[in-house]
Amino acid sequence: MKINDVVCPFCGCLCDDLEVTVEDNRIVAVDNGCTLANAKFMSKERLASPIRRTGDGWENISYEEAIQYTVDMLLDADRPLLYGWSGTHGEAQCIGVHVCELVGGIIDSTTSVCHGPSILAIQEVGHPGCTLGQVKNRADVVIYWGCNPLEAHPRHMSRYTTYADGYFLDNAFRERKVIVVDVRETETARVADEFIRIKAGGDYAVLSALRAIVRGKGDVVPGSVAGVSRSQLERIVTLCKDAKFGAVFFGLGLTMTRGKYKNVRNAIELVDELSRHTKFTITPMRGHWNVYGSNEVFTWMTGYPYAIDFCRGIAFYNPGETSAIDLLARKECDACLIIGSDPGAHFPRACVEHLAEIPTVVIDPVPSMTTALADVQIPVAVSGIDADGTAYRMDGVPIRVRKVIEPTLPNDREVLKSIHAKMKEARGQ
Amino acid sequence: MTELLIRNACVIDPLNDICGEVMDIAVRDGKIVESVGSGAEVIDAGGNLTMPGGIDSHTHICGTKVNFGRYMSPEDMRAGRTARQGHMHSTSGYSVPTTYGTSYRYSAMGYTTALEGAMAPLEARHTHEEFTHTPLQDMMANTLFDGNWPIMQAIHDGDIRRAAAIVGWTLSAVKGFAIKLTNPGGTEAWGWGKDVASIRDPVPHFEVTPAEIIRAMIEANEMLNLPHSVHLHCNCLGKPGNHQCTLETFDLVPNANNKRQSLYATHVQFHSYGGSSWRDICSRSEEICRAINSKPQIVIDMGQVMFGKTTTMTADGPMEFNLYRLYHNKWSNHDVELETGSGIIPVYYSRKNLVNSIMWSIGLELALLTDNPWQCILSTDNPNGAPFVKYPEIIALLMSKRYRNEVFETVHPNTEHNVPLAALDRELTWKDIAIMTRGAPAKALGIVDLGKGHLGEGADADIAIYPININETDPATSAEEVIRAFSQTDYTIKRGRVVCRQGTCMVDGKNTTIWVDPHISENYSMDHDPEFAKNFDRYYTVRMSNYPVQEEYIRRNLCIETEAQL
Repeated sequence: MKINDVVCPFCGCLCDDLEVTVEDNRIVAVDNGCTLANAKFMSKERLASPIRRTGDGWENISYEEAIQYTVDMLLDADRPLLYGWSGTHGEAQCIGVHVCELVGGIIDSTTSVCHGPSILAIQEVGHPGCTLGQVKNRADVVIYWGCNPLEAHPRHMSRYTTYADGYFLDNAFRERKVIVVDVRETETARVADEFIRIKAGGDYAVLSALRAIVRGKGDVVPGSVAGVSRSQLERIVTLCKDAKFGAVFFGLGLTMTRGKYKNVRNAIELVDELSRHTKFTITPMRGHWNVYGSNEVFTWMTGYPYAIDFCRGIAFYNPGETSAIDLLARKECDACLIIGSDPGAHFPRACVEHLAEIPTVVIDPVPSMTTALADVQIPVAVSGIDADGTAYRMDGVPIRVRKVIEPTLPNDREVLKSIHAKMKEARGQ
Repeated sequence: MTELLIRNACVIDPLNDICGEVMDIAVRDGKIVESVGSGAEVIDAGGNLTMPGGIDSHTHICGTKVNFGRYMSPEDMRAGRTARQGHMHSTSGYSVPTTYGTSYRYSAMGYTTALEGAMAPLEARHTHEEFTHTPLQDMMANTLFDGNWPIMQAIHDGDIRRAAAIVGWTLSAVKGFAIKLTNPGGTEAWGWGKDVASIRDPVPHFEVTPAEIIRAMIEANEMLNLPHSVHLHCNCLGKPGNHQCTLETFDLVPNANNKRQSLYATHVQFHSYGGSSWRDICSRSEEICRAINSKPQIVIDMGQVMFGKTTTMTADGPMEFNLYRLYHNKWSNHDVELETGSGIIPVYYSRKNLVNSIMWSIGLELALLTDNPWQCILSTDNPNGAPFVKYPEIIALLMSKRYRNEVFETVHPNTEHNVPLAALDRELTWKDIAIMTRGAPAKALGIVDLGKGHLGEGADADIAIYPININETDPATSAEEVIRAFSQTDYTIKRGRVVCRQGTCMVDGKNTTIWVDPHISENYSMDHDPEFAKNFDRYYTVRMSNYPVQEEYIRRNLCIETEAQL
């Protein structure tokens, strides 16, 4: 059986034109997807039953036991952390917020290790953005800054920018100019019309130089800024000012390098400046599938996009204090529920060590590096493969992902609902 | 079967022509009935003011741009927060509260129904998700059609029936309630960083004018037999001299429906400015109201500005950018492909600022100069003019000349040279206020027949009991009491259950989403239109099959099915 217009559950592009072939409730082929999508759909390494660590290995336990373990762990904790959320759908994230509120815990998503700085910048200066279709149909200048879509978001350029058909462009591929800014010549840089190679850590200076030139103050810019010649910067500014519609996309090369949120703020202010001359927009390249959905859900439920601490009853937000890495590094949290992410593979060593010391439950379909730190893992259906639900694309467009095969395991929201119900019962509510 | 009897209620129910009569209200299974048995739960209203639940017919509380207002403003989130308690979740936010915060605060003020003012169809799922978490109000969504490509093309081709068919398909697909036009044509122009300057200024590339869009949408609205009229945010919002644009727009409106208005013009305060620059801006409320008084086919809401901090948010992207260039605070913008735009900036309305003082005056003038209160609904365009928690103060300003004068003394001293407010002696009555906050919005939205906005037999038992005795209180001299009473009900009853008691919400609640599904003949069905489908899949970034909002998003809902003349 072929299923059309399937939504991909891998990255923030949320491509929704995949064709999946299913036989005997197994996926046998995926068309239109990138290699990352194929790997996700075709993965066979799923865990079949909840497991609990024993002295020297693992034992299978029932869902009921696993859920009870989680409930006891959370109710017993003084400073529980509920972390991850990017790999799951919005409905599960909502229940996660309720659970967190009930135990007075901290809820954080992978945002705090990816585009957290972007959000801090947006909270200072705002965000002139748009949906991806605006770029596809109009943009004649596209800038990729500190990101490498050909490898990290493989269909971004073909669906939304460089290679996509656009209503207002006769020959989109020829009419669009692509500018890539990076510290090394990536795959994406090789297909760019202009490649600006910056010395590592020089983003802020280059952005400031561009802003100065846009404002007509180019004479203050030295001949070379972080390895980039003034003449190239001037050429870029002319390209941007002459554009009918310019779109900036930026990645962790901007958010997680020296300057962090100040870099992003400077990039937004460049776009703000260019908006006084022509149309310009800026969009963060959100990586982990529904990470933007976690920000949306947390925001309407609690008021803040990530790193929310309920320990005083009210929602309290102070990234750097209430974000997962900082809590773990301070050894402050004493129990952790991890869902839809793999901090074991990404967090600093000190944080991982602390995770290994405290009771930790992982809700995830597959064994991962985080499994090695966990006491219990609860396997679930995969959102977008055997579970449905809502995900938000990197530009804020919400899309419902479907099940393409019938689940044999409960999904995230069902597991969390049971946890929440049992906790309420235990608290006499 | 559950029964409730409210005794000694001093009822104002304008739709049933009841004004201040002390009576009992019987409720069975969520509906108002003639009588109930002796086992019914009894609430003694103690002779206090009792009205149908409040209806906000234009407010921004759920969806993409509202949430972005929260997301970008931790300072606003910190400015209003409460801890989890009983049935109430924790809340954050002052001008853009979290969904629960909005729901609880509206409920405490006796509001039981609200219309989200602007939903981009492509992002409708988001609005519906937030509706689910706004449990104590029934919700509807104005759906944006101001820059819709296939509709502008149909209008350009002179095919209004096709335009209507696309509206019908979209409303049904996104579970929307009504046609919203925000700066028609201007939001598409903003896709190029431009705007339209008047209702005769053609939209770049599409070569249709705002006037053509407005007229076509009014016609399409009636072809689809929608409960509400076209809901319009006029062009040129916030620009000195824009009253001309507003008056020209009003002149476009036929009297096309005998049950309700043919055009709902929203937040008209922002569209009633004279002058040619910020230096000579003045009120033109008198001309605007003269037009309204002579055109029963138009209903407006005030869009009152109140002093203090708030957040402005609208689909009108170019207007927000202009505002940003005045305020230099922070600016977010979010254009939506093939459909519309949006912008957000925080603002501070200062009584020491002449322009802000004039804006404050104009809103009040509109309410005082519109002869028929059924034509002027109380609103702040929440949160644009002020957060909705300011409604009680607005009510007091409208009911008391003395209170108005007191506040007028504190605004910018030159205000009086630019506005007629000081010369207006009218004081609105309790009944006027009931009309402006219940009867008129229900009638304008076309939901009276669904049992909204009144307390007649068969109506939804959505009831607000305010702690004030209107026979013993002279609102002209008791502004403080009026404000206190309207700020917090004794009881807010929703679907026959007490949902809020003196500010404390008593239940988890569950909202009903009201939406429309116009039945359109096969010939005009966009589901079978190859041209529509081809362009859809070519220019949107979401496939047509993934676009409609699924049933999962509207678990409790009320669908208004209409027969379209198509």
